[in-house]
Amino acid sequence: MFVTTPFVRQKERRELFAKIFFGLMAAAMVLPLVLILTHLVYQAWPLLSWEFLSTNPTNGMRRGGIWSAILGTIYLVGLSLFVSAPIGVFAAVYLNEYARDNWLTRIINLAVVNLAGVPSIVHALFGLGAFVLFAGIGRSILAASLTLAIMTLPVIIASTKEALGAVPRSFREACWNLGATRWQTIRRIVLPNSISGILTGVILQVSRTAGETAPVMFTGAVFFKKIEEGELFAYAITDQCMALSMHLYTVTTQVTNTPEALPYAIAVVLLATVLLVNAVSISIRVYIRSRKKW
Amino acid sequence: MSSLGPSAATPSVAQTGNATPPAGITTRDLNLWYGAFQALQNVTLDIEHGIITSLIGPSGCGKTTLLRCFNRVNERYGYVTTTGEIKILGKNIYDEDVSLVELRKHVGMVFQQPNPLPISIYENVVFGMRIHNRRRELNRSATDQAVETALREVGLWDDVKDKLNMKATGLQLEQQQKLCIARLLPLKPEVILMDEPCSALDVEGTRAIEELMWMLRGRYTILIVTHNMAQARRASDTCIFMLLGEIIEHSRTEDLFIAPREARTAEYIEGRYG
Repeated sequence: MFVTTPFVRQKERRELFAKIFFGLMAAAMVLPLVLILTHLVYQAWPLLSWEFLSTNPTNGMRRGGIWSAILGTIYLVGLSLFVSAPIGVFAAVYLNEYARDNWLTRIINLAVVNLAGVPSIVHALFGLGAFVLFAGIGRSILAASLTLAIMTLPVIIASTKEALGAVPRSFREACWNLGATRWQTIRRIVLPNSISGILTGVILQVSRTAGETAPVMFTGAVFFKKIEEGELFAYAITDQCMALSMHLYTVTTQVTNTPEALPYAIAVVLLATVLLVNAVSISIRVYIRSRKKW
Repeated sequence: MSSLGPSAATPSVAQTGNATPPAGITTRDLNLWYGAFQALQNVTLDIEHGIITSLIGPSGCGKTTLLRCFNRVNERYGYVTTTGEIKILGKNIYDEDVSLVELRKHVGMVFQQPNPLPISIYENVVFGMRIHNRRRELNRSATDQAVETALREVGLWDDVKDKLNMKATGLQLEQQQKLCIARLLPLKPEVILMDEPCSALDVEGTRAIEELMWMLRGRYTILIVTHNMAQARRASDTCIFMLLGEIIEHSRTEDLFIAPREARTAEYIEGRYG
């Protein structure tokens, strides 16, 4: 009794093997990230400077900086989230807090899930058809932002629903039984307790929108645009603009004799912006969560 | 302030003659379905105002369902169909002109798992006042007064008076449950429904809640669902035994436990099934 048989030893060996195998797979995920980052920064290093960030491209993209592309991306991301975040959050509140489980709700939920899976090039084409041509907005920051907004909307709805769903049902029951309306319950209890999750979901969309190329290329981003350097309001929303993602694409594929470091430098700036925004979102979440206990 | 309760204001609710005390809650042929499943069958009850009534019966017999009918919160839980009549202090709560929000203000509910809201102790107690009054109708002195009165009434004031701004979710379970009762009181309810209020508490906590029920008795009609027959026996005036959605027996608690009229009641309290 209780002795280690050969069969037990075999099972232990398999257990050890499985653990190491899965662990290696998990570790393998970190490696490419580290390699990408070090390679990018190493290649980009000669070009990275304050001047690179703050001046327009010159000499047919071969000299100068990427100021107009940085500002363009900020405009596109900011405006698209300004549109999609409120609509997405309020839609999710309706779906999670008000909607009964009937065929209409199921259709809406199905639409949300499927929209989230539509490739961005299809959104690009839709944006071109709907905003640029049909609505007559023309190729502009506005049209591109609206296209990006449509693209991020389902994801924001999904993440917000998840954040709302994480608020324990017993809180809602307590409110209803005191005679609170649904809106009072949402405003006083549900939203204050889910706001950190909602914000995280919204801010994560910054990185996604900033990186998208196809939608902005179809609807508002241009090859080259000269704007006033250092002026934050250099674009109007009806202007076309440059964007980091598209700039990276064009200097890599459309322009010859560019400095070797240029695409890497653009990529580093794009990545750094995204990581910065994510870091901010994580700090906000940690801060809000530290004040919440249940 | 509310020591007399509204029964004094509605003296004509006694339907069965002047000799009987005013009815707190009456139901007539109450039937309830969850989808196709019938959870309550022809429930007809007269519950006196101001006493404690316990509801006992095996799991799934409809105790909690019946309790949730009295503030109509059942309707928030999926597809519920109800027929029949429930009168609380003479008013049929299924009438067209009944506001659910007002009904739930007057009929409070205490849950099995204490569920204080994730806000301060102070705000928990005044939560009901805040949602039932316009902001300009409340001032600091009125809410301070209400918090102190309610917390004193449940015997929590001395424990928490120095930490009213603490999150209520950080209290001990027993204190949380007392707080959940205290937050009903500023709304001056007529009826307090309790759904197994002690099952998450230890012996001391249970004793404290039962003592509190006796303190509140007289001003509020209290209905308590319990799995614990000993609790029903020591902590209620009348007792209702339910089985498969039907009322089997409703009588004074001593009578029901000592001399049950129905064989099924006798078998249940002996522990033959359940």
